[in-house]
Amino acid sequence: MISRRNFLKTTAAGIAGITLPLAAFEIVDPRKLMAQEAKNPAKVRWVFLVDTYKCVGCGLCVKACKQENEIPYDANVTRTWVERYVLTKDGEISADTPKGARDGFTNSKIDLGQGKFKDIKKEDIDKAYFVPKLCNQCDNPPCVQVCPVGATYQTEDGVVLVDRKWCIGCGYCIMGCPYGVRFFHPVHHTAEKCNFCYHRISKGMKTACVDACPFGARLIGNIKDHNDPVTKIIMNERVGVLKEEYGTKPQVFYVGLSREVK
Amino acid sequence: MVHGELWTIKELFVYPNEYIYWSIQIVMYPFMTGLVAGAFVLSSLYHVFGIKQLKDMARFALVFSFALLFVAPIPIMLHLQFPFRGLEIFMTPHFTSAIAAFGVVFFTYGAIVASELWFLYRKHFVEVSLKLREKQDKTLSEWFQYLIFCSLTLGVYDISEEALHRDEKAIKILAGIGIPVACFLHGYAGFIFGSVKANALWMTPLMPVIFIMSAVVSGIALCMLTYIVTMEFKKFIASRRNEARGAFRSKEEIIGVEINVIRMTARYLVFFLVAAISLELLDLIFRTYTAVKSWDVLRSVIYERDFYDIFIMQYGIGNLIPLILFLIPGLTIRRSVLAVLLVIFGVFMMRWNVVIGGQAFSLSFAGYMHYHLPIIPHDWETFKEGLFGALSIFIMPFVLFWVIAKIFPVFPETEQTS
Repeated sequence: MISRRNFLKTTAAGIAGITLPLAAFEIVDPRKLMAQEAKNPAKVRWVFLVDTYKCVGCGLCVKACKQENEIPYDANVTRTWVERYVLTKDGEISADTPKGARDGFTNSKIDLGQGKFKDIKKEDIDKAYFVPKLCNQCDNPPCVQVCPVGATYQTEDGVVLVDRKWCIGCGYCIMGCPYGVRFFHPVHHTAEKCNFCYHRISKGMKTACVDACPFGARLIGNIKDHNDPVTKIIMNERVGVLKEEYGTKPQVFYVGLSREVK
Repeated sequence: MVHGELWTIKELFVYPNEYIYWSIQIVMYPFMTGLVAGAFVLSSLYHVFGIKQLKDMARFALVFSFALLFVAPIPIMLHLQFPFRGLEIFMTPHFTSAIAAFGVVFFTYGAIVASELWFLYRKHFVEVSLKLREKQDKTLSEWFQYLIFCSLTLGVYDISEEALHRDEKAIKILAGIGIPVACFLHGYAGFIFGSVKANALWMTPLMPVIFIMSAVVSGIALCMLTYIVTMEFKKFIASRRNEARGAFRSKEEIIGVEINVIRMTARYLVFFLVAAISLELLDLIFRTYTAVKSWDVLRSVIYERDFYDIFIMQYGIGNLIPLILFLIPGLTIRRSVLAVLLVIFGVFMMRWNVVIGGQAFSLSFAGYMHYHLPIIPHDWETFKEGLFGALSIFIMPFVLFWVIAKIFPVFPETEQTS
């Protein structure tokens, strides 16, 4: 007959064994091992280039993105958007993005929210420009760091993706993103964001927004390919990134980025 | 409608995807875990540091902490878009995330509280089960009770002096380990907020410490309140019964609340309250002095938009008034009831100002968001993310406490009668 001591011992060991999370074991993937041995780092690192001088705020990119990625057209969330900045002679900065600029900027009045608008006289304007925004596919993505279940992850070619079947919908990634690119999908109710149209770029196509832009303000490229025209611009010209101070190492580069851009 | 759109009003320049995603349930989460941790720390003051005056309160606080423990994860569950996937946090934890540690911290803490309770009530379990075993022709409910208490003894019926002495030693050790774990449980809730580098209001290393201090404050306050209410209720019932029979005043009637217990506990509450306020003010002064990039928008939120919530409701009504009430000599029960109610309210407002206040401004630092708590629910979402969802969470531990107290009697006289 089993003694009480032995029974307790076996039970404790059994429970400890069962409760040890499976995540504690790393199952060796032969492909991963071979890739490491061959010391063959990924040959692709997707980056994005926005030329703010070329953007006219037509919003075609936003519209195309919504359709391509099945974000309900009238829902007040969007994977990409365009911001308008207006600087007046008195040094005041006004900015807006009505409906993410889905329908473009058809009105010269600045949207202040809650149905209020600000009229700025043309002669008072010092400078005005548009800035398209999208996920920065950071090299050090805070959203990936904070996801408690690993539902959002970074691919080898640098794009951050969300697993809709695994996301628990806690919203920590939304809180963790300094760029405000994440939201809950109105239909799937999981975390959602721009993924550089991963389903397209991985098949050799351009992103929907790049294809939709009639002025070439948006470009996608592979920074590991030195012959890529986008890489050449990033390497040779003066480009900026958004909110560098957060240490996220953003990979969307801007030509003509101004200090007022939030 | 997009999640968050219903209760968010945007003003000036706000990014299109920004809404108040973390709403009332996320206010309730640190509030409830704070109560758990606080109640435990209070009970440990007796077990570890041997503060004799807290003996009654300690037993009570431990049972209450156990009841609160079950409620603590519910706000998170209600907040999740996929509550049934919540289990993934335990199954596939992604340990770079602060939330992923929840399973480990929560269950460790739960195990400690449960074991401590077991050692504390072992004698009671044995006595009840032995008494029921001897009893002939048991009723169905007695059979049921017998079964429960028999299982709770875990087969150990040794209640000799020596064995009980060993139990006390175990309780002391568990309570000792429990203090840092309870602090960790709540400090970790503070870390969840404090480590969000995208949020200018949340990101401060002081956040976990501030959370721990206010947790202890709220835990002690709630224990005091529940202790007073339960004792007075018992007194009231006993006197009503005796009045009907025309008998002499019974023991229950005379005992009531022990003012010494209240005064002693209040002293600890004041100590932690002062620590919590000092830390919060330090944070505020530091932010004002360093005035980094985000300060412009934070200043407008703290001193203008949320001034009423922060300085009137939280610091004024929730901290200053109770502090004065406690510090005036000759503390009475009525005064302490008012003070602890205000303290609990103050801690709730602190959680509110952190969670909602942290989302009151846009990441662009050029716009604001206002939160409108849904009051009348018209679907499941407006219920759980609204006033009634929060109230249900707040009531739940009291209901649980009532059930649990049937197994773990918290007052000496109940123990004697059973």
